[in-house]
Amino acid sequence: MKIPTGAVVDPATSLENETGTWRAQVPVYLHEKCTGCRLCEWYCPDNCVVGEGKHFEPDLRYCKGCGICAQVCPVKDIIMQAEAR
Amino acid sequence: MAETLLTPGHTACQGCGEILAARMAIQAAGPNVIVVQATGCLEITTSKYPQSAWRVPWIHSLFENTASVASGIQAALRMMGTADGAKVIAQGGDGAFADIGFGALSGTWERGDNVLSICYDNEAYMNTGIQRSGLTPTLAYTSTTPTGSKQLGNLRPKKDLISIALAHGVPYVASATPAYPRDIERKVKRAMSIDGPSYIHLHSPCPLGWGFDGAKTIEVAKLAVQTGLFPVVEFVDGELVSWTRVVRPDPAEHYLQAQRRFRHILEPRNEEAIAQIQAVADANIRRYHLTESPPK
Amino acid sequence: MSRFELMEGSKAIAEAVALCRPHVISAYPITPQTHIVEYLAKKVADGETQADFSTVESEMAAASYVLGASAAGARTYTASSSQGILLMSEVLYNLAGMRLPAVITCANRAVSAPLNIWNDHQDSMAVRDAGLIQLYARDAQEAADLHIQAFRISEDSRVELPVMVCVDGYLITHAFEPVELPEQAEVDAFLPPRQTDRKLDPRHPLTFGAFADQAYYMETRFQLHQAVLRSRSVIEEVGADFTKAFGREYGKHVEAYRADDAAALFVGMGSMMGTVEDAVDELRAQGKKVGSLRLRTYRPFPADQICALIKENQKVGVLDKSISMGAGGILASEVRSALHAGSMRTPVTGFIVGLGGRDVTAETISRLLQRLEGPPADAVFVDLKPDLLGDLAETWKSTWETVATTQRS
Repeated sequence: MKIPTGAVVDPATSLENETGTWRAQVPVYLHEKCTGCRLCEWYCPDNCVVGEGKHFEPDLRYCKGCGICAQVCPVKDIIMQAEAR
Repeated sequence: MAETLLTPGHTACQGCGEILAARMAIQAAGPNVIVVQATGCLEITTSKYPQSAWRVPWIHSLFENTASVASGIQAALRMMGTADGAKVIAQGGDGAFADIGFGALSGTWERGDNVLSICYDNEAYMNTGIQRSGLTPTLAYTSTTPTGSKQLGNLRPKKDLISIALAHGVPYVASATPAYPRDIERKVKRAMSIDGPSYIHLHSPCPLGWGFDGAKTIEVAKLAVQTGLFPVVEFVDGELVSWTRVVRPDPAEHYLQAQRRFRHILEPRNEEAIAQIQAVADANIRRYHLTESPPK
Repeated sequence: MSRFELMEGSKAIAEAVALCRPHVISAYPITPQTHIVEYLAKKVADGETQADFSTVESEMAAASYVLGASAAGARTYTASSSQGILLMSEVLYNLAGMRLPAVITCANRAVSAPLNIWNDHQDSMAVRDAGLIQLYARDAQEAADLHIQAFRISEDSRVELPVMVCVDGYLITHAFEPVELPEQAEVDAFLPPRQTDRKLDPRHPLTFGAFADQAYYMETRFQLHQAVLRSRSVIEEVGADFTKAFGREYGKHVEAYRADDAAALFVGMGSMMGTVEDAVDELRAQGKKVGSLRLRTYRPFPADQICALIKENQKVGVLDKSISMGAGGILASEVRSALHAGSMRTPVTGFIVGLGGRDVTAETISRLLQRLEGPPADAVFVDLKPDLLGDLAETWKSTWETVATTQRS
């Protein structure tokens, strides 16, 4: 596709870059003890925790498996597992 | 990912504290902004042609001129009458604001230009490979202040940008950390409402550069606050109006233990060096009354 | 009724810029640009000009302020000289690469070290590769006229490039000449407000200044090169429109003076070419067939126009008010290159003249004409004082060999 004048870029086009391929481990949300505090959502550097109420999931297209959500969950309802590919 | 202003798909490291802080800041700022970004991690990870992670108007010019470009934009909006309340935000890291871009920041502040400047302090030039900056803390390892038989890492203290901002008469000056997202939100919103310069100094723990597992970013960020090594403060018109209280400060050593960049003063144990860092923490605690309750 | 009055060159430039209604003016003072920005500051202070006039802390800041304002869609202006041009050079490359219009006056001045505040072209030459358009003015009238054209060229959607208008420091900026300035309404008709969709706007967010890796960068540089080349026709068009609107002749990139039947031609830029034209007249009166070519447009380089105006049997002396140290005359090398590309074997001698404000007089030109009788050479420094050169005096004198010369003391 032709490079536009000044090489300007359209907004939000990074969504095409699915960084989920970076993962070596994946967060597993157990949905057993969730209190709906949303800390997992607040603290995700990739802004890819989605959900509402007491049900949240990582968007696996982007999740890099950093493990912050599992670390910050106050009730330990998220565990990190090695990911088999 | 409904309408997040900084989208996923960026190439920041797993657990990056800077991009986390940046997302919190831009969400609090809202879409009616124009962002000027300095060269650095936040710029590189969000704007590789032909992709951009930004949903707001955004410009990267050079490394050292972020504040000047921002000043020019707000002047243009004013003169064209097209501002419609849009706020210009200048963003950058250690280099952009403490070092190579320091003059430009000073100029923007001195002129009283209506720009919110946010410094993402990851305490070194991370994008180019962890080199020492004016914000690198005492005794930290960086690739240009490495440890060796003749030297224990960086020998200089952090440049005090909070005081420098206050000396310029910047009406709103605050520090914050991604450990406390609501605090970032409150401070960004407050800064947005200032007609004039404002400055937020955002701690940005860097797993790669500081040497910790990306899962521990929030833990490390909290330790920085809890030891007094990163005081979270807020100044309005030169008055210290609030701070994040640290009732019983953790020993500085707990913070040092969490990061490989201080390993050289823990193994073998260097009491004098550890005491030097503790003294920095103690000075912060005294200076900002961190153990006391802030005024209501 | 346009005004026609005696005024300082700086004032003519300031008035012309003010007539163009810039939104944002940002500059840092440096001799000999200072009067330009001071005149503009006064116009803003008196409410005659509605612009944001920002006294920034350096030329890097001034150019960056202008870049930001331009990216936001505004009409912008800055001015500098010498060290200031060098300090803002990063931003000039940045403006060009991001295809942002702006008008920059370069009040040509020598570069340090040693420090020297007087005229030559070393400053603007240092940024010739950046991707900006460079125009060189002959006198105060042309300086004013070129600024008005510059805004239109810069903002043209086929161009969208920074335009640097080069005016000789002191020789134009501080000299008083009769200048005719157009009326505001006439300039408004010639130069409509800037229009662009490609700008920083929360209603239509865009990302400017993304980084381009090996897979993309080279194409962007090809695009920029083509943009500068394409600006040639826009410069001609705007010049022709200016002639129609205001009567003074523009549009040609190279102005030829008595060149057609000349045996020897002097090629150069800027105000010294006025002196050269006077010298040509004097020499012609003595029966010598001399002519001159004055480049008004330096970037894009009008190679084909130069070749069209030079004949193979002419002797060409290029007057460089600058030098590429260790290489030679810059304009000389580009002229030679153009002739070579056109398969022309015209001999070219490159003269280095007027550095640091050393005067170029009609008498100088007649001595250069004599030197053109000798073998072509490059980087022949003109009017040096051999007593100051010690051992190098012989080296210098040998560049004038084969011709009996009378040295200026």
